[in-house]
Amino acid sequence: MPFVNNVPFFSIFIAMLGGIVMPLIKNGRIALRVTEAAAAIIGVLSAWLLCAVVASGESFTYMMGHFPAPWGNELRAGPLEAMMALAFCMIMILGLEGGRRDMFDDISAHKQNSYCLMLNLLLASVLALVYTNDVFTAYVFIEINAISACGIVMARRFGNSLVAAVRYLVISCVGSGLFLMGIVLLYTCTGQLLMPGMDTAVQALAASGEYRVPLLIAVALVAVGLSIKSALFPFYGWLPNAYASATTSGSAVQAGLISKGYVILFIKLIYRVFTLEVMRDLHILQALFVMGLSGMIIASIRAYQEQSTKRMLGFSSAAQIAYIFMGIGLGTHEGMVAACYQILAHTITKPLLFTSAGMLIRSAHGSKNLHDLRGTARKNPLAGVGFTIGGLSLCGLPLLAGFAAKYYLGVAAMGDPKKMLFALLVLAGSSVLNAMYYLPAIVGIWFPADKGAAEPLAEEREDKGFILSTAVFIGLNIFLGVAIGPMIKLIELGLSLL
Amino acid sequence: MLDLQTLIDMRYQVVAVILFCIGFATLFLHPNLIKKVIGLNLMDSAVFLMLAAVGYIDGGKAPIIVDGITDASYYINPVPGGLVLTGIVVAVSTTALFLALIQRLYYMYHTLNLDEILLLAKRSEHY
Repeated sequence: MPFVNNVPFFSIFIAMLGGIVMPLIKNGRIALRVTEAAAAIIGVLSAWLLCAVVASGESFTYMMGHFPAPWGNELRAGPLEAMMALAFCMIMILGLEGGRRDMFDDISAHKQNSYCLMLNLLLASVLALVYTNDVFTAYVFIEINAISACGIVMARRFGNSLVAAVRYLVISCVGSGLFLMGIVLLYTCTGQLLMPGMDTAVQALAASGEYRVPLLIAVALVAVGLSIKSALFPFYGWLPNAYASATTSGSAVQAGLISKGYVILFIKLIYRVFTLEVMRDLHILQALFVMGLSGMIIASIRAYQEQSTKRMLGFSSAAQIAYIFMGIGLGTHEGMVAACYQILAHTITKPLLFTSAGMLIRSAHGSKNLHDLRGTARKNPLAGVGFTIGGLSLCGLPLLAGFAAKYYLGVAAMGDPKKMLFALLVLAGSSVLNAMYYLPAIVGIWFPADKGAAEPLAEEREDKGFILSTAVFIGLNIFLGVAIGPMIKLIELGLSLL
Repeated sequence: MLDLQTLIDMRYQVVAVILFCIGFATLFLHPNLIKKVIGLNLMDSAVFLMLAAVGYIDGGKAPIIVDGITDASYYINPVPGGLVLTGIVVAVSTTALFLALIQRLYYMYHTLNLDEILLLAKRSEHY
């Protein structure tokens, strides 16, 4: 076995190790640095893994403790998994750097290491969701993910953060309970927990028509559980408050990582266990398609009505997640590729918006109301540029990541004559709605309500972390917007090797 | 079709599904936070009951080889037992976090009713 095959296990292990050492580090700044270093090491390892699997052109299974298939626990890695792991590590570092100041202000000094512990745990669980080959392991890490995400929300000790955290925990428990019931039913039908074994059993059941109702219920429970966890319409009620009440880096990391991990697990389950044909046969894809379409419109309308900047971004996240599920719901290979592209685009764009908004909110002396942010971009031009690029990307301006994702979603929708009309109409409508709330916000931050108030804040020293993170975010955004061809090829390779 | 005999044969599964629904409804709909925790645990216990029932083979012994008997039909299935154990650990940690959160909320708002807490929190909006 080549040494690079150990990378998936090492990645999860390093992230967990990072979490374990956090209670020993009392200083918040060092804790943050260690967290970033862990993420950086994992990122480098993932990049190495990505190069290796692309060069070899095949994915591999890693047996934990060398126990063969039915007994042991397995990880599986290919280009898609490695790419997502790399993206998540980058977002982790950039999000933390961008929101560093707010983190030290918002979280009491003796809690900062616990906050970093939660971040490490979150990264470990997301990586495990990406790499795992075993559905029960996936369930365990879904719960770990929920607990760490909840910790990140409640780290900021305002009443509202606690309320948001408890609502998030309740909805999370509902979602993971449904998912657990779903995999238990799948286990009783198939007698398998590893994805490859379950795959053959599910195909045999689908072909023979036996246990059709239990199979339908099991797949539906898994799908509903994961869509609750990833905040698909109509289950997105918890999301805006959870994102809005966390500290800046917490919001950025959440928006970039949490729901994406579940979606990738879902895509893996579709490709490796259920297959598109069975999902279509059971009418689950159609249901997801409708939920995606409704979410794209309704979450955008809610965002349009919102006055609080961070809640607006939260609703916009819900709309973007609906885009992903719309792509999955198309039920074609192109739809899946588009969904993966949308995952990447949103993972890159939304943390940029959250870190920039965090800086603008600082310039407005802590007020999150869109009105009070007027003219703040003059005080902090880089944050203004970041917010502008992020917002324009989500509106679908060409050469930016959001445009590429929407374009490819549109192309994918053409493949299905029945769904094409709805998908394209809703895509257009949702883009208009996005523009309707992002453009006024962007214009607002550049033009102050009263002239002459636009002096740059004297006490704000240059924040190198924020400058670096914003620059890299913008670079990544433009890269994803321009390099459509190679990225699509990479995603196609990854999906075909799942 | 569904008759009494099937229901009796499947009694563990039937009870598990009923318990799951009760737990789910309590967790989702009940405004009292402590009852939500109870609902969560009920829901998890229902899944564990279902798993344990799946793993049990009539007349089987605990899957530990004593007298050198290696014939699998002599023992019950050990995998669901392992899953139940893992599930219990997960349920305990979620419950612990939940209770800790509820305690903090109670100190802050002096009530356990989530609806009231939401109202109180809305008044002091600080997003």
